[in-house]
Amino acid sequence: MKEFTPAPDSASIVSVTDRVKPVALGMAVTSVHFLGDRAAFVGGEENVAFVDAKGEITKVAVHSGGILSTASDGKRIVMGGDDGKVVSLDAKGEVTLLATDPKRRWIDAVALHTDGAFAWSAGKTATVKSGKNEEKSLEVPSTVGGLAFAPKGLRLAIAHYNGATLWFPNMEGSAEFLPWAGSHHAVTFSPDNKFLVTAMHEPALHGWRLADNRHMRMTGYPGRVRSMSWSPGGKGLATSGADTVIIWPFGSKDGPMGKEPAMLAPLQARVSVVACHPKNDILAAGYSDGTVLMVRLEDGAEILVRRNGTPPVAAIAWNAKGTLLAFADENGDGGLLEL
Amino acid sequence: MSEASQKIPVTVLTGYLGAGKTTLLNRILSENHGKKYAVIVNEFGEIGIDNDLIIGADEEVFEMNNGCICCTVRGDLVRIMDGLMKRKGKFDAIIVETTGLADPAPVAQTFFVDEDVQKNARLDAVVTVADAKWLSDRLKDAPEAKNQIAFADVIVLNKTDLVSKGELAEVEARIRGINPYAKLHRTERCSVALADVLDRGAFDLDRILDIEPDFLEADDHDHDHDHHHHHGHDHHHHDHGHGLKHYHDEDMQSLSLKTDKPLDPNVFMPWLQNLVQVEGGKILRSKGILAFHDDEDRYVFQGVHMMLEGNHQRKWKEGEPRESRLVFIGRELPEEAIREGFESCIVS
Repeated sequence: MKEFTPAPDSASIVSVTDRVKPVALGMAVTSVHFLGDRAAFVGGEENVAFVDAKGEITKVAVHSGGILSTASDGKRIVMGGDDGKVVSLDAKGEVTLLATDPKRRWIDAVALHTDGAFAWSAGKTATVKSGKNEEKSLEVPSTVGGLAFAPKGLRLAIAHYNGATLWFPNMEGSAEFLPWAGSHHAVTFSPDNKFLVTAMHEPALHGWRLADNRHMRMTGYPGRVRSMSWSPGGKGLATSGADTVIIWPFGSKDGPMGKEPAMLAPLQARVSVVACHPKNDILAAGYSDGTVLMVRLEDGAEILVRRNGTPPVAAIAWNAKGTLLAFADENGDGGLLEL
Repeated sequence: MSEASQKIPVTVLTGYLGAGKTTLLNRILSENHGKKYAVIVNEFGEIGIDNDLIIGADEEVFEMNNGCICCTVRGDLVRIMDGLMKRKGKFDAIIVETTGLADPAPVAQTFFVDEDVQKNARLDAVVTVADAKWLSDRLKDAPEAKNQIAFADVIVLNKTDLVSKGELAEVEARIRGINPYAKLHRTERCSVALADVLDRGAFDLDRILDIEPDFLEADDHDHDHDHHHHHGHDHHHHDHGHGLKHYHDEDMQSLSLKTDKPLDPNVFMPWLQNLVQVEGGKILRSKGILAFHDDEDRYVFQGVHMMLEGNHQRKWKEGEPRESRLVFIGRELPEEAIREGFESCIVS
């Protein structure tokens, strides 16, 4: 790993900090998604705060407790709460109750399909609701750590202890278990549907090539990976968890097998969140010291978006066109940048 | 210290089935202390607990291989702590109630091995509720009950009104045969002062003051037990009988080591590391106050199975005897090997 300590105040790094519209949300923030042209910052509990281009904040109550999980398709955000409810929030700010766990258990994970189907989990049970079809549930051997829909067909990946389960909810007996020892949390399909990747409790990712279930171990992180983002076209998977952005190559049929990841934008702080630009080969990364950088994937060139000296950056997202970047730290101090 | 005190304290409540865990839990919650607790229970919604923030746990453990340390952690706790941290400010402390058959070690290890959990919370103490009437039997037939006693920082010996003085002395002696260091409180219906079970700082290195067997006299709320012990004298080398009827549990014991000669840190540290690495499966808890050669500071450590944490604590006080003291509680401890290893760490 190269030794490099960029000094944010020096002229050596391009800065756009003066073009950021600051946003003070006044609540702990855990994620952000764009709904239309408004950024929707999801709070640690109860509320989502919409922020429009002018920086005006509108808060909407979505849960009566902690908000544990979110997923968005750009049209709505589906959320699970510790109130046992699955709700959705659309661009107009309308909240719809989608499901309630009969025992009011925590809704630990949610996922949203591009065709409108959604899934959630409470304890060991994952449930899918697709269009007008009945809810379908599958119980896995241990508590669900994460959910993701495959990009094609109605297929759900369920991460849990000692592996992940792939399931076609509309096909009886279709659950397929992909074993790997350890506890698996977040899970994601590559956009080309060829790979499945989980973020483990250990500081590592694990991947399976779905054609033959071959394993891919992606290790070497100093901390747990909590944020993963696919670059345009799924060529790379950018991840948090180290003091550089780690990007695993997925462009070839072997994925990252036997390859080194790219390590970009090193700082003396941990990367806490990453978001790849939807169209261009750049990404935005937030760090544990509050820094936000834009990074060009090709050569690692950096642009400073936010200086360090605050709590960790907890949320970062681009709008669908890639013209707006939104971010916030754990305490809810954030910003909007128009490109 | 200030960092430690900002972290949310977590009390682990263990005890064999029917000992009175839920009674103690409700007692803690209903008392007028002005504090808000998040309570993590295993039988969600099936027992009457009156509290706003109750979370159901699944007691799921998984093996974690973190470089050289291999241990089991409670994955559900990692997840729950994650979720709870989104509600920071809504509660002051966390109580984890385990099932009667649970091993406390994975719970404790979760708080040491998981980076995110460790950042936000600190294990305060393991409190074990024991049934005065049935514990002696359980110690014979239920390894879980023995684990819970061995692991405890505080033992609430409950239902003392249901046994005779003789039976009480018997069960206490059995407890002491396994774990003479835990604070022991005799109760009826778990009526124990909250200060005796909460905010104990049992895993706080700064609060390791001394390592002495707990004498009931220190509790001073019970004077009617048989006064045929004569403490104050030099205990024999096991350090765990103090005149009460002496029991030596066949497989679970404590081992105490002591010297007034300085230790060589360059020998001691590798020895201790290696010991817990090799024998960590047998060693449930360990604790030590150490006087190193040419070192003005007290060094303290504590451990759970293979996991150790230690630090310089403070300067030795003037006139304070510079003694090193170690305690291991565990199963089938290789006593002779440990003693010999310890002796070899003494500066000759």
